[in-house]
Amino acid sequence: MNGQVLVEVEGVSRFYGKTAAVADISFLIRRGEVLGFLGPNGAGKTTTMQILSGNLAPSRGRVRIAGHDLIEDPTGAKSHIGYLPENPPLYRELTVDEFLDYCAALHGLPKKERVAARERAKTRCGLTEVGRRLTGHLSKGFQQRTGLAQAIIHDPDLVILDEPTGGLDPIQMREIRILIRELGRDHAVILSTHILSEVRASCDRVQIINRGHLILNETIADLDRRMQSSVLAVTFRRRPAMEVLAALPGVGAVTPENETRFRLFHEPSADPTEALIRLATEHDWGIYEIGPERQSLEALFVELTGPAGEA
Amino acid sequence: MIFVIARRELRNLFLSPLAWIVLGIVQLIMGFLFLSHVNLFLQVEPRLPMIHNAPGLTGLIAAPTLGNAAVLMLLIAPIITMRVVAEERRNHTLTLLYTAPVSRLTIVLGKYLGVLAFFLLIVALTVLMPLSLLVGGHLDLGMLACGTLGLVLLIMSFAAVGLFMSTLTTHPTLAAISTFGVLFLFWIIDWAGRSHGTAGSVVAYLSALNHYEPFLRGLFDTSALSYYLFVTAAFLGLSVRRLDADRVGA
Repeated sequence: MNGQVLVEVEGVSRFYGKTAAVADISFLIRRGEVLGFLGPNGAGKTTTMQILSGNLAPSRGRVRIAGHDLIEDPTGAKSHIGYLPENPPLYRELTVDEFLDYCAALHGLPKKERVAARERAKTRCGLTEVGRRLTGHLSKGFQQRTGLAQAIIHDPDLVILDEPTGGLDPIQMREIRILIRELGRDHAVILSTHILSEVRASCDRVQIINRGHLILNETIADLDRRMQSSVLAVTFRRRPAMEVLAALPGVGAVTPENETRFRLFHEPSADPTEALIRLATEHDWGIYEIGPERQSLEALFVELTGPAGEA
Repeated sequence: MIFVIARRELRNLFLSPLAWIVLGIVQLIMGFLFLSHVNLFLQVEPRLPMIHNAPGLTGLIAAPTLGNAAVLMLLIAPIITMRVVAEERRNHTLTLLYTAPVSRLTIVLGKYLGVLAFFLLIVALTVLMPLSLLVGGHLDLGMLACGTLGLVLLIMSFAAVGLFMSTLTTHPTLAAISTFGVLFLFWIIDWAGRSHGTAGSVVAYLSALNHYEPFLRGLFDTSALSYYLFVTAAFLGLSVRRLDADRVGA
């Protein structure tokens, strides 16, 4: 987690005419970190990925990759990058092997190492069976994997993935996520997505972008803590007196949902679960359900990116 | 790195039937033209000794053949260069080159050399025809070499124009048509120049054809040489600028 800083993004903006696709965003990526870039469609995710990969110049701001400025020393910076755009860039008339060999050569891998690099990338991405097939004839899942293999063939420090699981079936998605996890161990990975479960499944840190602005930058653990609810949902067989529940230490308010189900709002530090269970057994209320109400990532996302979160 | 891209470009041409068909048709047409020049030569041959300082085999067969080849190049250059960048742009594969640690200049030069290699192959196959006359006759090899050099220079400028046109669009057909338009204009622009004074001669100077003719007569003209090199460099430079504009944007 405390690896060396690999990417520094400083006050980057990108304008299309007068509209800012990305407005003044800054962040760091460290080695050994998987950063999830989350946002609704059209929020500026792809623009950010294109800027990071050197496909798009920022209108303002600076990007440094492994110490190389992306504007002043583009070739130096790019030699540390592997990029999988939204549409995998495949030459349809080449076989997977030919295509990967070309990518390896483009990234300046010496001739002797190319075959080994290609085989390693193929194994990692599950492409060993399809090496001799034309990329244009592959299914969407295999094309995506070929694109991924292309991005990691030269063993880059930073792997940039734009919606890497787009158009994949659930099993393929899981495989790709495992691969991303693996990559995160010794590379830095930044991936953009609008699928929330993906972030939880594969990232260490999450950034939420909306309308070009970075509105959240937290580790998954912090995010979990933030979402840790201070609401307890309880259901009894026999209805207890509300005053008794409200009198429990730490409980602020009690709202009945129906005859037997209640929601208890408590201070985050004082969890009244144990006291409540003891009380329930003493009074024979017949408690049969109790649990914290977890705020979902979806809810947080909607809250942050929705019209209310704009203010 | 330039050669990695150039080799890929050349291979890409041969992966599609287009390159093969173009090669075949060019050979067929050039063969026909060459034989008709040979035929013409055989008709006038008996009268040649009577003419003072008469042109030889090279002047009567090789030079016209190379002259015809130039016209044919005008027609096929757009077809060969149209896909070079336009198709990559269309298939989103330019990203691959843009992300790789290669400069825009390297990309342009690589693609240019790849295409040029294909054209040089056509030139080689074309020059083989007059060279075959060596079997039974005598050729002015210096004059032939000069004409070949002229053809190569002409093609260098054609390929550069085609490459630039291909960077402008996502549609190969559009690139082909605009390349043809530009090349054809460069070809006929001296028609306008013939009638008007100084302005006319400036316009006529721009003509690609005017600079080609001295080479066919065996004249190594450095001003023509610099004309072609300048056109080539200018259009390659414009291509680099155009690719850079992708990154910087509007």
